[in-house]
Amino acid sequence: MSPWKKLSRNMRPGVLVLLAVLLAGAVAAQAAKEKYFDRSGTLVVIETPAAELLRAYEVKNLPPGETFPVPPPPFSEGIFPCSDCHAEMTPNLERRQLTDEHTDIILNHAEGQRWCLDCHNPEDRDTLRLVSGEVIGFDESYRLCGQCHGDKYRDWRQGLHGKRTGYWNGDKQYLLCAHCHNPHDPRFKPLTPMPPPQRPGEIRR
Amino acid sequence: MRNILAFARGSLVLISKGSRAYYIWVFSLLALISMGVLAYIHQLQNGLIVTAMRDQVSWGFYISNFTFIVGVAAAAVLLVIPAYVYHWKPIKEIAILGELLAVSAIIMCLLFVTADLGRPDRFWHLIPVIGLLNFPQSLLAWDVFVLNLYLTLNLVIAGYMLYSLYHRREPKKSFITPLLLFSIPAAISIHTVTAFLYSGMGARIFWNASILAPRFLASAFCSGPAFMILVFLLVRRYTKFQIKDAAIHKIAELIAYAMFINLFLLGAEVFKEFYTASAHLVPMKYLFFGIDGHTALVPWIWTAMLFNLTAFFIFLAPSVRKNHFMLVIGCVLIFIGVYIEKGMGLVIPGFVPDVLHEIYEYKPTGIEVMISLGIWATGLFLFTLSLRVAIPILNGDFHIAPDGRGSHIGDHLFLVQAKAADPGEDAEQSTAASARSDP
Amino acid sequence: MSDKKKRDAKVFQLTRRKALKGLAAGASVLALPSRDAAASVWDAFFQKHFRRMTKSDLERVLARLEREYSSEFSQEVKVGATPPIEGVKYGYGLDLSRCIGCRRCVYGCVEENNQSRDPQIHWIRVVRLKKEKGTDLHYAEHYYNPNQVPEPGHFYMPIQCQQCEKPPCTKVCPVQATWTEKDGIVVVDYNWCIGCRYCMAACPYGARHFNWAKPQIPNESLNPQTHYLGNRPRPVGVVEKCTFCIQRTRQQPGRYPACLEACPVGARKFGNLLDPESEIRKLIENKRVYLLKEELNTQPKFFYFF
Repeated sequence: MSPWKKLSRNMRPGVLVLLAVLLAGAVAAQAAKEKYFDRSGTLVVIETPAAELLRAYEVKNLPPGETFPVPPPPFSEGIFPCSDCHAEMTPNLERRQLTDEHTDIILNHAEGQRWCLDCHNPEDRDTLRLVSGEVIGFDESYRLCGQCHGDKYRDWRQGLHGKRTGYWNGDKQYLLCAHCHNPHDPRFKPLTPMPPPQRPGEIRR
Repeated sequence: MRNILAFARGSLVLISKGSRAYYIWVFSLLALISMGVLAYIHQLQNGLIVTAMRDQVSWGFYISNFTFIVGVAAAAVLLVIPAYVYHWKPIKEIAILGELLAVSAIIMCLLFVTADLGRPDRFWHLIPVIGLLNFPQSLLAWDVFVLNLYLTLNLVIAGYMLYSLYHRREPKKSFITPLLLFSIPAAISIHTVTAFLYSGMGARIFWNASILAPRFLASAFCSGPAFMILVFLLVRRYTKFQIKDAAIHKIAELIAYAMFINLFLLGAEVFKEFYTASAHLVPMKYLFFGIDGHTALVPWIWTAMLFNLTAFFIFLAPSVRKNHFMLVIGCVLIFIGVYIEKGMGLVIPGFVPDVLHEIYEYKPTGIEVMISLGIWATGLFLFTLSLRVAIPILNGDFHIAPDGRGSHIGDHLFLVQAKAADPGEDAEQSTAASARSDP
Repeated sequence: MSDKKKRDAKVFQLTRRKALKGLAAGASVLALPSRDAAASVWDAFFQKHFRRMTKSDLERVLARLEREYSSEFSQEVKVGATPPIEGVKYGYGLDLSRCIGCRRCVYGCVEENNQSRDPQIHWIRVVRLKKEKGTDLHYAEHYYNPNQVPEPGHFYMPIQCQQCEKPPCTKVCPVQATWTEKDGIVVVDYNWCIGCRYCMAACPYGARHFNWAKPQIPNESLNPQTHYLGNRPRPVGVVEKCTFCIQRTRQQPGRYPACLEACPVGARKFGNLLDPESEIRKLIENKRVYLLKEELNTQPKFFYFF
């Protein structure tokens, strides 16, 4: 008689779950291993505890306690709060072309990969939703943008990307990504340049 | 003191009298000077906007002239070296004229720099102690220093020698020889410092060449002596002053060597730039061929090249340079050739293209030309007057009165006719024309 | 300064006065504004070098300038002389991949710093460069004027004073009218400059500008908050240049320079090079930095990055 059969029937699911967990753990442990060849050509395997990986992830994406002084988000006039209209409506989760409202918004921002409700929270339109499911306000939208544009997000936090005003050695004013980049069509819009300088021959009295 | 007053009074008499040609010459110069003064007042009232200089080309005609004339001033040593170091008599007699030229030329240099200043009213900031001369850091501070030193040196040497001769005394060797010897490095230094003023700037690739100072000296030893030969020929022709052919031919020979070195150094620079053809070529290309249709300097520089080469060949063959007609032509060609090459031909390509590679073609305005003419006229005026006093002294026609209480003027006129007509009548004429200064 | 030194300075000044009386009589009539009161002209003529002034000298000079400017521009004009802040060395960053060449900085600077409108002076020159030619200035276009920027195939490089650590311009000045302040800013004493323009020849960045005529600024356009070494109205015949908005950046807390505030794309960065947390330090550490004409060893404190 096999040991499996010896197990009482009601114990069997528990064992299966246990095995599954062990297997998953093994896979996860495997994933946490960093493998590379060092200079002398020896294979090096570094095992990183899963917990540490998680912490690293947290630091990268959710800087604890870091906040940035930003002006209010640049909403089109009269459009916020969204719940004024959307509170009454049942969210339609089906991906589609909008025909009744917001027809002025033409998504020109990796439109093949996403649509409205990937960023706008279907449960509460006054908020945004990260991939992790975390719900954030529009005033924290940089975290949403930072999900894909990690390098820009890093630069922005250090003040290297985007405009900072205020005092170089005092309070600074940040801008949200959306202040300069329309989130639905983020490429910076061309401007009319100010006039060129006078040529030296034109400078006369 | 009385003697000095008598000397001054006698000098005034001398410079106020002369032949018709002398008056025409002096009054034309005075007219040019007045024009220059009026133009300068216009510039003072309106600012340097009346020039064609702008931020892109921030030095122009004034500084070009300045650079050229520093060379002329420095070239006086070319006479001092053979005269006093090698005691070569034919030149010794005329070296003093070179020193007088140096004095006039330095004054022109200082005037050109002043004309170029945005705030001439603040020139006292350059005076050490009361101002704040940035010495030794700034090459311009060095230039201010050595130019004034050289000016003082030549004033003292020429003044002392002439004053001694006026008193019919031999100049004291122990006093004058050290000064004369010192004037040689001083002359070289004024031109070296002027070259360093340009070549020390990394921003200006056209000037940033170590060959610039030797080039400056070589071209100075062409243009200065060429001008002097012309002066000597004129003086010899129109006054009783004797200048030996040997002296003039010696100077012409020296010019030939100097011009060879000048052309050789220029050639070395041109070769290096064109063969390397790096980004540093652009200003040189602008000068000789123009860039992107900007060719303002091209005809000028080729004229200069043609003149310099022609003059070089004239001076190369002893038989040709001893022909005084050819000599005059050669000297004029050299003077113009070097004036173009070392004036505008040197200064402007430093700014075109400018440091941000913008091309602004500079051409001096009428005001700049008028002020520059005025300064040239001032220099020539001072030189003429100094010759008018110096030559009679050297001839022995202007000296202290025998009783030691006034001055004696033997011959007022700046003329050679008396000598040509009847040199024997000199004595009578001088008595008739003598001016006794009252004690 | 000790009392004795002060007294010496006083004596010194008196002898100088005597020595220059004659010169002043001639020169001041010709070149100084005649509408000012005679005493004021006299004071201006004898004004000491900025760095040789005692505190009371400076106060007197600032008061005189305020009086002159206020009457000339029919409004109250303040002239400060705020000294450098301890432990601060300013640095500037400019993101070449962001700049779109719109020239907002140029005109922001003109207004803040009271540059002459006629004859026109701009402290910032924006050049258009070809992407395939990189930063080779030989291909720089200064007068581009399309309907819209940026233009395809091009990038833009605003050029202004690089506030070099080894400035060739201050070295050549024959009268020390320009020097580097403790906070790294290269300044000009407009009342000491003789207008020889040697510094303009020496500057590899075209950052120095000359007042070819008396600068014209409409009264209503004047920025009345000025600094002696910065944006106060300039006289004719002197050289001027960018000072990283010394009148703003030396305040406590210090505002950003006007060009930075004017930039619509946030390409301009500014901060204290001695503070490792400043934006300028972060960009030097994290970005690819390009120094203009690095080979000249001027050691700019203006960092282009991308």
